[in-house]
Amino acid sequence: MAIGGFAEAGADLELVGISKRFPGFTAIDDLDLTIPAGSFFALLGPSGCGKTTTLRLVAGLETPTVGRILIGGKDVTDVKSFKRPVNTVFQSYALFPHMTVLENVAFGLRRRGIADPVGKAHEALRLVELDHLAARKPQQLSGGQQQRVALARAVVNRPALLLLDEPLGALDLKLRRQMQLELKSIQSEVGLTFLHVTHDQEEAMTMADTVAVMNHGRIEQMGAPEELYELPKTAFVANFLGQSNLFTGPVTNSGGSSIVVDIAGVAVEVPRERAQRHAGTVTIGVRPEKLMLHTSAPAAKAGTNVLGPGRVTDVSFSGVSTQYQIAVLGIGLVTVFAQNMVFGPVVNLGAEAWVAWSVEHGFGLADEPEHAPKFSPDTDTATIAAQTRHELLAEIEES
Amino acid sequence: MAFAAFGTSTAATEQAPRRRSPVAIILLLPGLAYLALFFLAPLVSLVITSLQAPVEFGDVGQYQAAFQIENYAKVIQDYWPHFLRAFGYAIAATFFALIISYPLAYFIGVKARPWPLLQAVMLTLVIAPFFISFLLRTLAWKQLLSDDSAIATLLKNLTILPADGHITGTAFSVIFGLTYNFIPFMTLPIYTTLERLDTRYLEAGSDLYASPATTFWRVTLPLSMPGIVSGTLLTFIPASGDFINASASFLGSAQTQMVGNVIEAQFLNLLNYPLASALSVILMGLILLIVGVYVRRSGTEDLL
Repeated sequence: MAIGGFAEAGADLELVGISKRFPGFTAIDDLDLTIPAGSFFALLGPSGCGKTTTLRLVAGLETPTVGRILIGGKDVTDVKSFKRPVNTVFQSYALFPHMTVLENVAFGLRRRGIADPVGKAHEALRLVELDHLAARKPQQLSGGQQQRVALARAVVNRPALLLLDEPLGALDLKLRRQMQLELKSIQSEVGLTFLHVTHDQEEAMTMADTVAVMNHGRIEQMGAPEELYELPKTAFVANFLGQSNLFTGPVTNSGGSSIVVDIAGVAVEVPRERAQRHAGTVTIGVRPEKLMLHTSAPAAKAGTNVLGPGRVTDVSFSGVSTQYQIAVLGIGLVTVFAQNMVFGPVVNLGAEAWVAWSVEHGFGLADEPEHAPKFSPDTDTATIAAQTRHELLAEIEES
Repeated sequence: MAFAAFGTSTAATEQAPRRRSPVAIILLLPGLAYLALFFLAPLVSLVITSLQAPVEFGDVGQYQAAFQIENYAKVIQDYWPHFLRAFGYAIAATFFALIISYPLAYFIGVKARPWPLLQAVMLTLVIAPFFISFLLRTLAWKQLLSDDSAIATLLKNLTILPADGHITGTAFSVIFGLTYNFIPFMTLPIYTTLERLDTRYLEAGSDLYASPATTFWRVTLPLSMPGIVSGTLLTFIPASGDFINASASFLGSAQTQMVGNVIEAQFLNLLNYPLASALSVILMGLILLIVGVYVRRSGTEDLL
């Protein structure tokens, strides 16, 4: 491994049949993953899904129970972490408290005996616009500044592969946005391969070329962000990446270009190529922003699915859009995001409403129906708040 | 890149001037009174004694107030080898205690972290010798190292030790005794800093191309400096004034006498209080000087 000099370009990373077992639990279960050189790859998942363990395996801070790790085609499974052409931006930053910012950044360069470590460290600090603080100690900097130092300390080494472990977690929204753009521009400027681990779906989608959604030590689905969002294959992906309305029912007709699913007596169509399963009981879904809200029963039209009538049980205004919860008889709650094209909510609480969507926006999931939830709300706070409010109101009405 | 906007927002806000409160002074009074009574007063008395002159035609041990600065010249002239020995032995003992304690403290504080029970047992073992009197333990070593002990016999059989050689009564046994007796004082402070050592720094070092040895040298050791400094001070200061280990009735002999032994003899046997006091004042001054230079050089003033 050429750690004696700067990497000319990013290297591709290949994980082959990786498993990592700790006493009592399996963090990673038979993972295969290839990240092409020069790409920005995001590993997305809830905490405890094995994403950080994957990162630590690549960095060499853990050894896999089984499987091989290849960087740039070379097997590094048994190579010690300090000999791997990899650098990490740690979640905790892990800046050496006894060294100045400059010495922190120059640390890796000095260890590899690269010429002019101080000059290159200053250059890296200029890149993150912190050169004027080079003489300070890390604890004299704010969280955001420390984060940028950590980034400079990793990037200055020009590793073939840069690992980012939730590096933006501690930043406020505004700074996080800036850092996202900054990271993205550094990545395209330098052409390094980035492996970014995060639980923030928005961050993963805005920054990465490819997103892999991880759950219980396995990759549920992998692809371009738009692809993952538009066509989730499992209920987990459908709900972890944005929100989804999911319905389960038996397939009644799978002959044509779309399959027909019976949802509480209503025939709902899903394009054949967008459905993972074509027979038996299946779970289908549609994104809330794809739904149109109607105050009167819309005329039946080919290429449109209609559910209703239902009652609007919750309206929450969030600036750009308004989120409606509609209780449809026999189906349950359906969530609709409507753009605020006019002032105030279009329909009021308690109003009767129908929802409709174009057939091409639906998707069918691969999950076994018994595992798939009929409707599983996202854990995002707005939804939880809305539902809590809904339950409270129901309770008050009862008493 | 709009980072510049955030660059200047780091200036720390000036602390508001502290209000003078009589409460703080009242709370400090007992401590100050204690220090004045039991530290400052004896110190002044010691300095005064060190300048006293013998009463003319008086009994042994009778002295009167004077300004006999020659006392100092005399003790330096007569006892400079004892000073040299005291600091030489103390430095050697501090060094060996550090060499032995650091790996021990590292094991307890870092390696044994996943097993809190092991940590507790090992810490107890480090402290356990304190439950037995310092004198008894040193006497026990005298027995173990005596001329007809198993250790001495073995060394003689291996011809490491000449047939007429001794272990006790040598510089070796005194340094050995000092090292042994002060190891807990070295181990505990180092353990306390290593126990708090964030191992993520070590991972960062490894991630930044530093081998385990380099990581230790560049990261672990500097971060444990506060423990090393307090440990070495807690060992060096009492060791340089020690008079038990070097005493002929313990591990030493007439050839290994340290300043502590001279002070003891002057005070208790010869009743030459001015000379003993002058020795004490010089010893204290030299320790202060050495420690001051050491702390300054180790760059840990702000960490202590």
